[in-house]
Amino acid sequence: MTEEIIFAGFGGQGVLSMGQMLAYAGMIENKEVCWMPSYGPEMRGGTANCITIISDKMISSPIISRFDTAVALNQPSVDKFESRVKPGGTIIYDSTNILTPPTRTDITIYAVPGSEEANNLKNLKVLNMIILGAFVQARKTVEPATVMKALTSVLPERYHHLLPINQKAFEVGMSHIHN
Amino acid sequence: MSGAPVEHGYTHEQICIPENLIYQRPGTLLEQEFHYCPGCGHSTAHKIFMEVVEEMGLEGEVIGVAPVGCSVFAYHYLNVDMQQAAHGRACAVATGIKRMLPDKIVFTYQGDGDLAAIGTAETIHAANRGENFLAIFINNGIYGMTSGQMAPTTLPGMVTTTSPFGRDTKTQGHPLKIGELLALLPGVAYVTRQAVDIPKNIRKAKKALQKALEYQKKGLGFCLVEIVSNCPSNWKMTPLESNKFVEEKMIPFYPLGDIKVPQEEKK
Amino acid sequence: MGEIKLMKGNEALSEAMIRAGCDAYFGYPITPQSEVLEYLAREATNRTGMVILQAESEVAAINMIYGAAGCGKRVMTTSSSPGISLMQEGLSYIASAELPCVLANVNRGGPGLGTIQPAQGDYNQAVKGGGHGDYQLLVLAPCSVQEMVDFVKLGFELAEKYRGPVMILTDGAIGQMMEKVELFDQMPRKTDVPDWATTGRKKGQDRTYITSLFIEPEVMEKVNLKLQAKYKQMRETEVRYQTLNLDDAEYIFTGYGLGARICMKAMEIGREKGYKIGMIRPITLFPFPVDLYASIAPKVKAILDVELNAGQMVQDVILSTMGKTRVEFYGRMGGIIPEPEEILEYFEKQIIGGAK
Repeated sequence: MTEEIIFAGFGGQGVLSMGQMLAYAGMIENKEVCWMPSYGPEMRGGTANCITIISDKMISSPIISRFDTAVALNQPSVDKFESRVKPGGTIIYDSTNILTPPTRTDITIYAVPGSEEANNLKNLKVLNMIILGAFVQARKTVEPATVMKALTSVLPERYHHLLPINQKAFEVGMSHIHN
Repeated sequence: MSGAPVEHGYTHEQICIPENLIYQRPGTLLEQEFHYCPGCGHSTAHKIFMEVVEEMGLEGEVIGVAPVGCSVFAYHYLNVDMQQAAHGRACAVATGIKRMLPDKIVFTYQGDGDLAAIGTAETIHAANRGENFLAIFINNGIYGMTSGQMAPTTLPGMVTTTSPFGRDTKTQGHPLKIGELLALLPGVAYVTRQAVDIPKNIRKAKKALQKALEYQKKGLGFCLVEIVSNCPSNWKMTPLESNKFVEEKMIPFYPLGDIKVPQEEKK
Repeated sequence: MGEIKLMKGNEALSEAMIRAGCDAYFGYPITPQSEVLEYLAREATNRTGMVILQAESEVAAINMIYGAAGCGKRVMTTSSSPGISLMQEGLSYIASAELPCVLANVNRGGPGLGTIQPAQGDYNQAVKGGGHGDYQLLVLAPCSVQEMVDFVKLGFELAEKYRGPVMILTDGAIGQMMEKVELFDQMPRKTDVPDWATTGRKKGQDRTYITSLFIEPEVMEKVNLKLQAKYKQMRETEVRYQTLNLDDAEYIFTGYGLGARICMKAMEIGREKGYKIGMIRPITLFPFPVDLYASIAPKVKAILDVELNAGQMVQDVILSTMGKTRVEFYGRMGGIIPEPEEILEYFEKQIIGGAK
């Protein structure tokens, strides 16, 4: 099993940490993992994306142009990465933000109203956890419980009061996927 | 000449006995002829500094840095551990040494081109960090090793091979008084300007070097001992004329004395 | 088994420095490797007493390395391309004065101020000697975060064995990416002082001095011969490389560092399509695995060398293969990273399509 994923959106949406969390979860499950950010001189506000690869075997290139799954949090990301999903692959996108959805018929497309759900949870910062929940439910790359374990390890202790809301967000995301 | 009888009838061995000893080379100087030109201040500066090191019993504690300039071969003469450094980089090299061996006594021995032109950044930043070592700065207003080009400290109007019509401050800048400049920095403990042209000044310079090492032992910070010196060969003067030039031209421009002393020394 | 962590390449390199018992780090911030100084400033001194100093420039940093290495200490610096250029003078002195130290170049796109994206344009500078005079750096090229860790330890061992500078030549992508790493246990700080180190003259002994100045040509030539003897020994005993699928290979993909990782993927895709592709990844760029290329050359139809530059290592591949096989090059420059598919496309067009 090798899963090659691109996470893409605006800087500040938590795109990079989504990919990192998944890589961390993969590591906890003893898989080979690689996380590659696309970086630029701007600190926030620009576009951001990262590639996460989870595999049972040694990972070759950290830089890839075709993906099993694209996770898109804004319109430019759908426009840019839809065509780069391998046939039979998956797109998961935030349907609250993205008004022109992907149209390919040879891939599975999940529309998750992430921003709307984040709004319902009264915390816009959990958008990435909602979408990550949807991803894990859709792709089964790692166990859901491992992601929460990863979050607990990555999050500095002073932010641990935020774990319950993130857990909730993750579950809300999962509930939107019906395989 | 050893063993050969001289006119008064005594042999070398008969004269050179402990009771007759009035002066000897300090053990911190190797038995090696200086390559410096006759009359050059480097030899005197080497000697008095090594006397200080010996008198303070620091010969096993000292590590020196000699970068590029006439004193590039200082390690041929100074009988202490030494590192030869790239041009201008002495204060960076000394920083590396002192940070590794903070209990040792570290010094640099730099000319004006090294300390005040190509190495200005390293000098100022080491001083500003308050690196606890001594920079000995030989200022003779000219590049000796490369035979007589203009230095950052060359006096206005002074003729060198690259200022053949005299240093024109309009196009070639003003002499850099780096001592005064460094004295402004909080990390700097002690800045003094001395000379080695006449015995009185030599004694004062030696005292200043000793003070600087005492301050370093106390961990007070960066010390700069500037020594206004001469360059008979490239000034195209006899040694005597060059010392006159030091007295009449250099010292009036670069006045001698302490520029900054440690807080605790102030009464 | 050591501690397993998910780490960025630059942070893993820094962690390895602390664990290797490194005595001091002197460096200056530059993208994409500023995490190194940041990580060390946060972590190192409290844990091992390691000295961390932000220098006023790369010029100062490499000379602080000179001074500290001259005291017999285990020291390291890092920078990225423009900063490494500034260190070249110091490296030449360090090589001549035979001081052990490790430095890492997190290569970015150039020339000039260039770009902060990853590139491999500094191969020639690293391998052919960027400073003046006849000297070599022993150059290690990691292709994973794990190797960023391993090569720090190896780098110190080699630097101390050969009394000279070792460079870890990596790039912005490996510096910034995160992978799973196994960390080695904390090593003690070095306590032995080599006899050549300047630590203060010992009673009854001669002074020690460190220099790169040998004014008499006869002496300078001897120093050069000594250095060349070291480089010869490195060529004989320190060559390191990785090979994949050589047994049935009709074609070889080759590259180092990040380029090699991308090649591996291109090889995988190519093998799925039925092309018998093998792979050679030099780990030491100096000493270069000359014999390996020479022995493989007559057995294969072509070698495709892939680099993130205009074709630098390929010159060494051509020299090593001595015309015994066809050598093709594919590269991207200026911070553009070639994709595995475009490498395979080039392979199919130039080598398969153009085969005689």
